[in-house]
Amino acid sequence: MNYRAIRAIYLFEMARTWRTLLQSIVSPVVSTSLYFVVFGAAIGSRITEVEGVSYGTFIVPGLVMLSVLTQSISNASFGIYFPKFAGTIYEILSAPISYLEIVIGYVGAAATKSIILGLIILATAGLFVPLHIQHPVWMLTFLVLTAVTFSLFGFIIGIWADGFEKLQMIPMLVVTPLTFLGGSFYSVNMLPSGWRTITLFNPVVYLISGFRWSFYEIADVSVGLSLGMTAGFLIACLMIVAWIFRTGYRLKN
Amino acid sequence: MSPIISVSNLSKTYGSGFKALKGINLDINRGEIFALLGPNGAGKTTLISIICGIANPSEGRIAIGGHDIIRDYRAARSMIGLVPQELHTDAFESVWATVSFSRGLFGKPKNPDHIEKVLKDLSLWDKKDNKIITLSGGMKRRVMIAKALSHEPQILFLDEPTAGVDVELRKGMWEVVRTLQASGVTIILTTHYIEEAEEMADRIGVINKGEIILIEDKATLMQKLGKKQLTLQLQNKLDAIPSALAAYNLELSDDGHAVTYDYDTKGDRTGITSLLSDLRNAGIRISDLDTKQSSLEDIFVSLVRQV
Repeated sequence: MNYRAIRAIYLFEMARTWRTLLQSIVSPVVSTSLYFVVFGAAIGSRITEVEGVSYGTFIVPGLVMLSVLTQSISNASFGIYFPKFAGTIYEILSAPISYLEIVIGYVGAAATKSIILGLIILATAGLFVPLHIQHPVWMLTFLVLTAVTFSLFGFIIGIWADGFEKLQMIPMLVVTPLTFLGGSFYSVNMLPSGWRTITLFNPVVYLISGFRWSFYEIADVSVGLSLGMTAGFLIACLMIVAWIFRTGYRLKN
Repeated sequence: MSPIISVSNLSKTYGSGFKALKGINLDINRGEIFALLGPNGAGKTTLISIICGIANPSEGRIAIGGHDIIRDYRAARSMIGLVPQELHTDAFESVWATVSFSRGLFGKPKNPDHIEKVLKDLSLWDKKDNKIITLSGGMKRRVMIAKALSHEPQILFLDEPTAGVDVELRKGMWEVVRTLQASGVTIILTTHYIEEAEEMADRIGVINKGEIILIEDKATLMQKLGKKQLTLQLQNKLDAIPSALAAYNLELSDDGHAVTYDYDTKGDRTGITSLLSDLRNAGIRISDLDTKQSSLEDIFVSLVRQV
């Protein structure tokens, strides 16, 4: 293992995070606060409780997931897309590093950033509603698994994208709708049964459900299923990344 | 001594079916400066990209210091520093950070003294904290060279290093290249400027349409280039060269109004003085004269045209 190379990529990417601190950290925190004002305070005053938890409290795990998902994808996709766009990828490709090391560096940095962000959002939420986390270890497990999985997914998008439009397309057209329809702001059980069945095809439901369970022990689907689905998606992403590097897809002629 | 780079039977066909390289065989000797010349699209950059791991070969094999570039890529790539043709740099990083990054990427432990030396050699030391985006094109080029040298490579590839670089900077760059060579680094450069190849290289290779059409020691090549040609315009038409002048191997033009004389500038005597006095003795009057040197450029152009 070329640990120094992993470290170099990781620190390079983290340096980018600190340099763009405003976009990276501040803007998601601001938008989360806005969600709290709109959903928590305005709408939440009409919906008093969901499954025994006050509405403001209920939406916290979903909000954290919403940010972690979108940030993981955008961090990782931009992280690898930009060297391709600027041409600096030549150096990565000509360096004595394996594909696995490249992935660990880029995906590790993107996931770290979104985990930090998730925790900041959680802390922000704590300013609005009282927080109680029943299973902190599981909470962190879901957080890390989700961040890593979606950073991998973002890495794939970043390699696939050959223009800024494509870079935005998947997050805008697929991920954001799936997250909004994945039970961030409501319990899937609140939906009519037909819609509920359709919703169960949405992978994000399992992430949010498992994450929410670690907070309040309430879940739309069983925790084991949540964990299994997340792990399944992680493995799928790993397989695609392995294929990308084996074939040199969009990286090497 | 075994060559430091050994390319055997290398071919590259792109997905579009375009054959960029056709059965290249090339050995680079340890410690030499090798200049690769060729017109645009000849395959220079493709060849370098494959050696450095940026593109995949379609056929053939390459060994760097005995290490196969695919099976043993870590050992092979560790030896190489690459400065590509295009100015691909980060924008918002500082010079120091980007050069240190490269060293880490190549798995070398931190060594601020070495980075400092590289930056000083390339006159970048006072810019070390500047963001790359604020630098001029020539400075960015030097930053890329610094990145390539950050991990102390044994082989340095310079793909068109002086494209868009002013004369002053070019001189400085060649000084760095010579110092590197003196320290044992092997250097492969591609260039459009034939004078540069003449000035810098130990050996010269010419590539055209994916094939190497000439590899020669510069000294041998320069001997061929030492030839000059003197053309004399005559006042009066001449029907034949007088026998008194036969020793000069003069050539009479078709219209009989000019003669040409080939001579070697590297020789002790060019024979021009005696030729001129013999011409006067023969009663031939000269209205004008002109000399022309066959340059590497001429050889290059004629080679490339032949194929």
